[in-house]
Amino acid sequence: MKIGAPKEIFPGENRVAMTPESAAQLQKLGHECLIEAGAGAAAGFDDDAYRAAGVTLVKGAKALYEKTDIIVKVREPKDTELARLSAGKTLISFFWPAQNAEMLEKARETGASVIAMDMVPRISRAQKMDALSSMANIAGYRAVIEAGNNFGRFFTGQVTAAGKVPPARVLVVGAGVAGLAAIGTATSLGAITMAFDVRPEVAEQIESMGAEFVFLDFEDTQDGAATGGYAAPSSPEFREKQLEKFRELAPDVDIVITTALIPGRPAPKLWTEDMVKMMKRGSVVVDLAAEKGGNCDLTKPDDKIVSDNGVTIIGYTDFPSRMATQSSTLYSNNIRHMLADLTPAKDGVVVHNMEDDVIRGATVVHGGEITFPPPPPKVQAIAAAKPKEKPKELTAEEKRAREVAAFRAQTKSQVTLLAVATSAVLGLGLIAPASFMQHFIVFVLACFVGFQVIWNVSHSLHTPLMAVTNAISGIIVVGALLQVGSGNWLVVILAAISILIATINIVGGFLVTRRMLAMFQKS
Amino acid sequence: MLSYGFVTASYIAASVLFILSLGGLSGQESAKRAVWYGIAGMAIAVFATIFGPGIGNYWLLVLMVAAGSVIGYMVAKRVEMTEMPQLVAALHSFVGLAAVFIGINAEIERLRVAAARAAGEGAEQFAGFAARVYDKTPIEITFLQIEVVLGVFIGAVTFTGSVVAFGKLAGKVDGKPRQLPGGHMLNAGAALLSFLLAVLYFLYSDNGFASITALLLITALALFIGYHLIMGIGGADMPVVVSMLNSYSGWAAAAIGFTLGNDLLIVTGALVGSSGAILSYIMCKAMNRAFVSVILGGFGGTSGPAMEIEGEQIAIDADGVATALNEADSVIIVPGYGMAVAQAQQSVSELTRKLRAKGKEVRFAIHPVAGRLPGHMNVLLAEARVPYDIVLEMDEINEDFPDTDVVIVIGSNDIVNPAAQDDPNSPIAGMPVLEVWRAKQVFVSKRGQGTGYSGIENPLFYKENTRMFYGDAKKSIDALLPMID
Repeated sequence: MKIGAPKEIFPGENRVAMTPESAAQLQKLGHECLIEAGAGAAAGFDDDAYRAAGVTLVKGAKALYEKTDIIVKVREPKDTELARLSAGKTLISFFWPAQNAEMLEKARETGASVIAMDMVPRISRAQKMDALSSMANIAGYRAVIEAGNNFGRFFTGQVTAAGKVPPARVLVVGAGVAGLAAIGTATSLGAITMAFDVRPEVAEQIESMGAEFVFLDFEDTQDGAATGGYAAPSSPEFREKQLEKFRELAPDVDIVITTALIPGRPAPKLWTEDMVKMMKRGSVVVDLAAEKGGNCDLTKPDDKIVSDNGVTIIGYTDFPSRMATQSSTLYSNNIRHMLADLTPAKDGVVVHNMEDDVIRGATVVHGGEITFPPPPPKVQAIAAAKPKEKPKELTAEEKRAREVAAFRAQTKSQVTLLAVATSAVLGLGLIAPASFMQHFIVFVLACFVGFQVIWNVSHSLHTPLMAVTNAISGIIVVGALLQVGSGNWLVVILAAISILIATINIVGGFLVTRRMLAMFQKS
Repeated sequence: MLSYGFVTASYIAASVLFILSLGGLSGQESAKRAVWYGIAGMAIAVFATIFGPGIGNYWLLVLMVAAGSVIGYMVAKRVEMTEMPQLVAALHSFVGLAAVFIGINAEIERLRVAAARAAGEGAEQFAGFAARVYDKTPIEITFLQIEVVLGVFIGAVTFTGSVVAFGKLAGKVDGKPRQLPGGHMLNAGAALLSFLLAVLYFLYSDNGFASITALLLITALALFIGYHLIMGIGGADMPVVVSMLNSYSGWAAAAIGFTLGNDLLIVTGALVGSSGAILSYIMCKAMNRAFVSVILGGFGGTSGPAMEIEGEQIAIDADGVATALNEADSVIIVPGYGMAVAQAQQSVSELTRKLRAKGKEVRFAIHPVAGRLPGHMNVLLAEARVPYDIVLEMDEINEDFPDTDVVIVIGSNDIVNPAAQDDPNSPIAGMPVLEVWRAKQVFVSKRGQGTGYSGIENPLFYKENTRMFYGDAKKSIDALLPMID
């Protein structure tokens, strides 16, 4: 199949859906790669790099659409781009089918298939093609960098000769992929980071990234697993409680990064105007939800404003595009993985398997029909978190009582064992001859010595131990030696064979032990 | 000719040397000295016996000792370290067989002495062991018979059991558990029949033909039990089996010691017997299974359906593994039987050397039941010149996994199975395992998909931080080597 990437026509979009690296991988799948000349320039990939990777350069988007079977893109298609599709072609890009019903209908009329990268289901198998996550990761990182750019102080606290610098306090609202990336970036820059999320199960993830989880004491918390790992709208009471908490934090924080989104709804207003007013002069709010209306009341999408009290509010919506090299690399890899799943035999033949959960979920137009929304995937997104039982803390007395009980039980079992063994030996002594009992003493003592000695043998020397015990169990040769002088020919023969094999045992066992022990070297 | 008292004195010396020899195995350095104690003890014991009272047929004796020494030397020189389990099993079978022969000899001598007594002949015609028997009282003779039966029975079970264990370990016999119809009832029946025959043997001890026939029948039944018992145990349980047979060979020697009235044999047999028993105990503990359930074969019944595993096994190529290794600071390698099968220990050692030369911390984590013999992995790594101070036990290293960048699992499966901790219905639930999944990244070198020997699904392979590095272990590691720079 011929796979082509056109230049993005959305103003300010720097990303590209194919990099020289991903093209090389696609060719391994048996595909042929084409790209519109200059498509990767804004993302830092020039035409020569593509040529070196074996990609055919095509002048003009029209020619590219004509020549290729599969078009890979970043942004959702414009009308001009949709018009270039025809039956038999496949478009892979972001599509946002839920918000773009009209565009979906137009795509259906062309007869082409459309795979929406934003519709890839959130199951572990599909993580490698989850473009939303990879873009969110970049957005989270970039949000901190933008904030730092507009923030007049260090992130990290320092004690310098010229005076003490307090660390910046960062609050991240919404600990999705973007939120977690922001937490990671902020903490690694040295800021004191706090994070909030309505899903209590992410507390562990937040803490693992080095931030403090802002705990909200509220009964009815929601379970993210029920909504495919996304947040759901919260009750008015919960929202009140949440805002109250934010008001409490607002005067102290220097940087607020909001990432709260609910699928298919406008962004919830979480950072109200009065909170902005409470913040210190020079503080920064970065609103990653600006495209969906923003989490902050004052956010202006695609713009940076400064409030009356000197708080900068950043409402850019193109964070991934601002790091086009990185985002193109990750996005093109997501596309590459999607194509790998579409080409199961790696022979350049695309199999559009509508039985496959991932492909079915992402396909929004296929065979002249709209296939959106998809049926729920067969595999659950995230296993429902099970309530964990905490091991009961024992009080000092309980511990003591338990120890005493254990000691008693041990004493009891030992005494019982000794009593049984003693009576058995006494019983034996009643019938056994004196000569036997003499040997028996030796036997019992030797067992004791054996147990004491062997417990101290190091685990790593268990094989040499077996070899050595093997060798010394060849002591049975002594028995054969005592018998070989017999007057009976059968006894002599059997004893002779025994001497032979027991000697093999002795010599073989000792030599092999020595060989093994010599190999143990200290570094 | 040495006096009886002198021989006994040298036996005491030999016993002490044997104990020191085993005690010295507590550390790698003292072990090198300890093995010499063992050799010295054995030399003293054998020479004292040969030059002691009541020994004859010197030419035959010397011939046999010489032949045995040469064969033993050749075997010890030629054996590959990966073949160690087979060798140990084979040597156990020798002790078992020798015990059977010596036990039967004792019976023949007893009958000869009894016949001579009945004919009113004196003790002059008997030498060595037979002379000793002549002096015994009737009750002592009965005890002698008990000891003979025990010695022969244990010896025979050890013999066939070890031969089967050898076959399984060497790959000459199918490793899967396999039993005749009737299963353990057959073993129990054979044991019961042996017991009845033993009673007959005591009752008709004066009738030469009847008693020797009973003893031989007991031997045959014991041979069958040894064969059938070990055939019913799977290859993965071999560490326990080999330890158990080690123990049996010791008890057989001790029983023969009682028969012959020889304290050195009793002491040594008891030492070996308890050593094997402790090893079996340690192995069972490491698998969280009762000794009886191992011996009866197969894994314990599951109490419910296994937990469902989500996710998929994600493969990775040598390039990816090499990149991760180059970036890692701390690496832990978890070897298993698969490494021994693929003979990959030299490549692993080379990899270790390269990584260590780059200043990375490389360590090995050894599960007590990794491999087919207790301590098997330690010996293989030592052979490949991996320093022993970076080879750690499970308890020493298990807490370090969360701080480790990369874990490479080579040819092990059940010992790194998180189901042992997470899934109470798993057949291995409760078994202590190496918690490799807590590391940042885990690579599993494995021949292919599939559940491996025990047939237990391993959720580790489906974890998000696990990548499957398919292929022959040796080839995979060799492919890595040039990429480590």
